[in-house]
Amino acid sequence: MPDGQVLEFAGLTKRFGTISAVADLTCSIQPGRITAFLGPNGAGKTTTLRMLLGLIRPTSGSATIGGRRYDELAHPLHTVGAVLEATGFHPGRTGAAHLAVYAQAAGIARSRVDEVLELVGLTHAAGRKVGGYSLGMRQRLGVAFALLGDPGVLVLDEPTNGLDPEGIRWMRSFLRTLAAEGRTILVSSHLLAEVQQTVDAALIISGGRLVFEGSLADLAYQEVPVTLVDAPDRGALVAALEGSAVPLEHLRTGIQVQGLDAASVGAIAASAGVALSALTDRGPALEEIFLEYVNGIRPPLLLTDDRRRPTPADAGEEPAAETVTDPDTAITSSADGMGEPADSREPVEPDMQPEARADEEGANR
Amino acid sequence: MTVATVTRSEFTKFFSTSLWWVLGLVLVLYIAFTAAALAFAIGAVGSGMLPGEGAPVPTEGVAPVLYSLAASVGYVIPLILGTLMVTSEFRHKTLTATFLATPRRGTVLWAKIVAGIVVGVGFGVVGALSSVGPAAGLLAAFGVETDLGVGSTWALIARVVLALTIWVVVGIGVGSLVRNQVAAVVGVLVFTQFLEPIARAAGAFVSGLDTVTNYLPGAASDALVGASIFQMAGAGTSTSGLEWWAGGAVLLAYAAVLLVLGYALNWRRDVS
Repeated sequence: MPDGQVLEFAGLTKRFGTISAVADLTCSIQPGRITAFLGPNGAGKTTTLRMLLGLIRPTSGSATIGGRRYDELAHPLHTVGAVLEATGFHPGRTGAAHLAVYAQAAGIARSRVDEVLELVGLTHAAGRKVGGYSLGMRQRLGVAFALLGDPGVLVLDEPTNGLDPEGIRWMRSFLRTLAAEGRTILVSSHLLAEVQQTVDAALIISGGRLVFEGSLADLAYQEVPVTLVDAPDRGALVAALEGSAVPLEHLRTGIQVQGLDAASVGAIAASAGVALSALTDRGPALEEIFLEYVNGIRPPLLLTDDRRRPTPADAGEEPAAETVTDPDTAITSSADGMGEPADSREPVEPDMQPEARADEEGANR
Repeated sequence: MTVATVTRSEFTKFFSTSLWWVLGLVLVLYIAFTAAALAFAIGAVGSGMLPGEGAPVPTEGVAPVLYSLAASVGYVIPLILGTLMVTSEFRHKTLTATFLATPRRGTVLWAKIVAGIVVGVGFGVVGALSSVGPAAGLLAAFGVETDLGVGSTWALIARVVLALTIWVVVGIGVGSLVRNQVAAVVGVLVFTQFLEPIARAAGAFVSGLDTVTNYLPGAASDALVGASIFQMAGAGTSTSGLEWWAGGAVLLAYAAVLLVLGYALNWRRDVS
């Protein structure tokens, strides 16, 4: 069983000349779940991850894995697997040879190379030169490299960049499986929509500073619900809704109601005897909240001492917070910042998914 | 994560691309052709088959000069080989994965040096065979003394292997200092094929200049080997000023200085 470790950033700072790429970053990442590391391009995500991996030297502060700096790890590839954007491949080397090089350096058996190639579905291309690989195959080879030592910690920098929808789906389910095995997974992205279906917790960084730390449920905590509703008789529907004195917005697809969830809107319509043709909970607009944190419109929301942090052991026992069905547990985990409660997530998905797809396609272009 | 395991990894890197056999083939063909052509010319003129010009060509002691061709002419191949062992990591951005697997960067550089030495011995032996084989064969055919029965000839051949080996390490030093592959290779070619030959040619007839040019890396390498085609071509006057061991020490010093500078200025820098 891989040993998930806690990742800890303490006052991590990196300055390039006068430019401050990462400024006093302090937070920790727990095992057994997927943590998103979010921020716009140039926010300092890659620099932070590379400092964690000993590739970039911090100006001050520290980044540790289970309490140790990367270069202090006795078996780095057995402890941390990394998929980094600028990790290269020699185009003239075969996929299998590429992995064999690093397996040898880390003292990993040659048989493991075939295993990881199998895991990422590259067995058929093992003997081909990487120069002939597609982008998706290279990304899979990068994941295979990260898995060589069966590490308890996985760090992925924009892993879905350049992947086609099938590749993105593969990556998501793969990360889910790995997190469920108790690993610590930190995945960076500049798009919340891209990871919001996969991740349990989020860190948002902007201009090198941490502006949000918590679960996705925390991100949308106390957000005004938005509901889209439509009826063949719109006039009657509007008349019924106006009684509740909430803002209404007339859209082509229906009426957008702010401040009422789908259940309340449905109840109002039912009591007014209006037959509905559509009723959708739009959920909180996570992407907008994310951008508001990034742009500083919202004050930073960081974990403070009054909010009990989950211990690694807790997280290990309950790897997937959103599979919890007991309402009490779900509420507790939400308050802890453990994960999102199941009931807030379910209705969001049907409507969020198409949007997420659209964003991904936009990003891939 | 010892130097031994990382060295094995470096060997796998080296033999899993086509670089090693392409450069090996270039070395063999280049040296064998040059040695054969010169041996033929010398043998043919010496035996009166071809008309000689001016003073009769001395066939005595010509064999060692031909055997030294692998070093005096071919040293640029192991030099480029060593350079590419390092710069290809920068060029293809594989240094990230290399340092992820081995975060202790000094270990990686040591592994490259050890692997480079082993590979250099291999290239040295192949290079020496490529010059000794055709040259000895043709000289024997023309009845010129091959000197293969003399111990000093074999000592010279061993020093050719040693010189070519050190050149690989010099190349690793160049690569660690100049991370841009194109700049490094162009720099190596310009220096070895253009700047140094001009400087050494000038040193041959400008009084006092040879005290400087004798310490150029190519000159030091020729001194280490103890014979060079340039001695014969350079009007027969320019003798290497350095003892063979001093030449070897100077060449090693170049490797050491380049490696220390490369490690200090480049190797420990952020990889992004």
